[in-house]
Amino acid sequence: MRETVFQRVFAFVVGWGVAILLFFPIAWMVLTSFKSEVDAITPRLTFTPTLSSYAEVLSRADYLSFALNSVVVSVGGTVLALLFAIPAAYSMAFHPTQRTRGTLLWMLSTKMLPPVGVLVPIYILARDSALLDTRTVLVIMYALANLPIVVWMLFTFYKEVPKDILEAGRMDGARTVSEVWYLLLPLTLPGVASTGLLSLILCWNEAFWSLNLTTSSAAPLTAFIASFSSPQGLFFAKLSAASTMAVAPILVFGWFSQRQLVRGLTFGAVK
Amino acid sequence: MATLTLRDLRKSYGPAHVIKGIDLDVLEREFVVFVGPSGCGKSTLLRMIAGLEDITSGELQIDGRRVNDVGPADRGLAMVFQSYALYPHMTVRQNMGFALRLARVPKAERDRKVNEAARILQLEPYLERRPKDLSGGQRQRVAIGRSIVRDPKVFLFDEPLSNLDAALRGQMRMELLRLHEDLNATMIYVTHDQVEAMTMADKIVVLQAGLVEQVGSPLELYHHPTNLFVAGFIGSPRMNLMPARVVEVTGSGVTVALPSGGQVTVPTSASGVRQGDTITLGVRPEGLHVDSAGQIAGEVKLVERLGGLTLLHVTSGVDLALTVQIEGSDATRAHETVHLSIDTAACHLFDKAGLALPRLVRHPMAA
Ligand SMILES: Nc1ncnc2c1ncn2[C@@H]1O[C@H](COP(=O)(O)OP(=O)(O)O)[C@@H](O)[C@H]1O
Ligand SMILES: [Mg+2]
Repeated sequence: MRETVFQRVFAFVVGWGVAILLFFPIAWMVLTSFKSEVDAITPRLTFTPTLSSYAEVLSRADYLSFALNSVVVSVGGTVLALLFAIPAAYSMAFHPTQRTRGTLLWMLSTKMLPPVGVLVPIYILARDSALLDTRTVLVIMYALANLPIVVWMLFTFYKEVPKDILEAGRMDGARTVSEVWYLLLPLTLPGVASTGLLSLILCWNEAFWSLNLTTSSAAPLTAFIASFSSPQGLFFAKLSAASTMAVAPILVFGWFSQRQLVRGLTFGAVK
Repeated sequence: MATLTLRDLRKSYGPAHVIKGIDLDVLEREFVVFVGPSGCGKSTLLRMIAGLEDITSGELQIDGRRVNDVGPADRGLAMVFQSYALYPHMTVRQNMGFALRLARVPKAERDRKVNEAARILQLEPYLERRPKDLSGGQRQRVAIGRSIVRDPKVFLFDEPLSNLDAALRGQMRMELLRLHEDLNATMIYVTHDQVEAMTMADKIVVLQAGLVEQVGSPLELYHHPTNLFVAGFIGSPRMNLMPARVVEVTGSGVTVALPSGGQVTVPTSASGVRQGDTITLGVRPEGLHVDSAGQIAGEVKLVERLGGLTLLHVTSGVDLALTVQIEGSDATRAHETVHLSIDTAACHLFDKAGLALPRLVRHPMAA
């Protein structure tokens, strides 16, 4: 199919329009982080750039310990979710029963419940298990929160694998574990990787549970940002500096893995 | 080498009965072909033997041992899939060696076996390639190689040649036969193509709608089909069938009146038919001859010239379509009127239920 000039111009305008719209808040945040607090409350584009906000933020909080918490809970939550989701998606994709569809839809429906609806019971459970303000509780919560989406994604990737290939493996003497390890995982590695990446990003940016279940020792970067929106009034420059530092690692990470992410997320759509 | 025994094997998917009670013995070193129209349950039956489908009821034995509840990994059978089902992320060598690797066969022995199979199948130059860099015929060989390497009890093939072009298919047919001979292997081969069945099988199992219609050697099925379905399914071009009426039943045969007038006496036993019954007369295309004294007159609608053979498509009366096969390049043209005579020794009779009346003389080649 040949594109007409109109189609190309249209795609160009829409594509860039959406990209700029999505990128604008981030660009604005980065810009603000280099302003002084006085400049920050005005939308001026001309100002003398300063690193004072960054200096202030770093002097007031231990950025590295927050960042370390973020890394640990994101990776931990993702790995835990994958450990449960891989067998779950395998059984639903290759040994479906009449209830498989229902189970999948039910899993997704749990994402429709606002998290705050279960805040109190979860909080009490965490408190009574002495897990408040631990990385463990966040790892568990993130794994559970992402499980539906991780299972769904893996399920769709698994569905793409020809059944014959796994059956050939079974005829060759593979039992379930070798079948998954030698055949299914290598064949769906791009899919598993992009699922993991997405889960990492979701965990990294999660704020609700981290703010409610942690205070200091296990607090990740989202809590770090929040600590700069103080009740005495907002300090936009410092808040922006903190936010920039919080999202920078995942942005850099996303940038390097974007090829993988796009490939995984459009897998199946472009056959 | 192994024997296989199927006893009243059945398979249902919920209320749908797909395999409806199959009894069969597969002997050591036998090449058995399951043939039948698409959807008749051939693949399902093969997959039940493989262990890829559960057996609803009945018993499957390998070497006399019940294996209904043994998983595919432990039955010691190998299967070649229609889609080849090669492992796309592995090289040809890894594909062929995968089963041995799972069985923890030492690397040196694994390599020796893979190299040997590659030599037999002329795959040596491609051992380090991946499946996507191979032609269809080469992939097919790899799939076969993967099963050879394992030295299985029985080889199972599910329409392995149907994705190949005609020339390659003919060649692979011969290669499979050569393999069968060289490996002294028991093989079960599924196809919907009766030519494959005829050319390859020691024993053909004709299936229809989940039931066995007939089991026998290729020439037995060709010369002594036990019912209309087998008569119509085996042989190409198909057997000509025409309605007829029983005129007389004697010890030397059944005399029937043809729709076009005239009578023929077919050497079959009576098997319950009586004078006046309607009956179906079957005669293969080579059993009809162009003969000016012939009893059947008809118009040639179409002539197919294959060089060594000529096929005449003749319409007799209102709508009786007949195919006549003539050796060599015949001069008959379309739209000519021809007379056909029937070789009575080559005729078959089928009663109202479609069952063949047993022929009095066994064909010498139909063991
Ligand atoms: N999983 C299934 N569920 C329900 N019906 C099935 C299933 N698999 C096969 N069938 C039915 O079983 C019949 C036989 O299928 P199959 O063995 O593939 O036929 P063949 O290989 O002879 O073409 C078909 O009518 C098909 O619709
Ligand atoms: Mg089939």
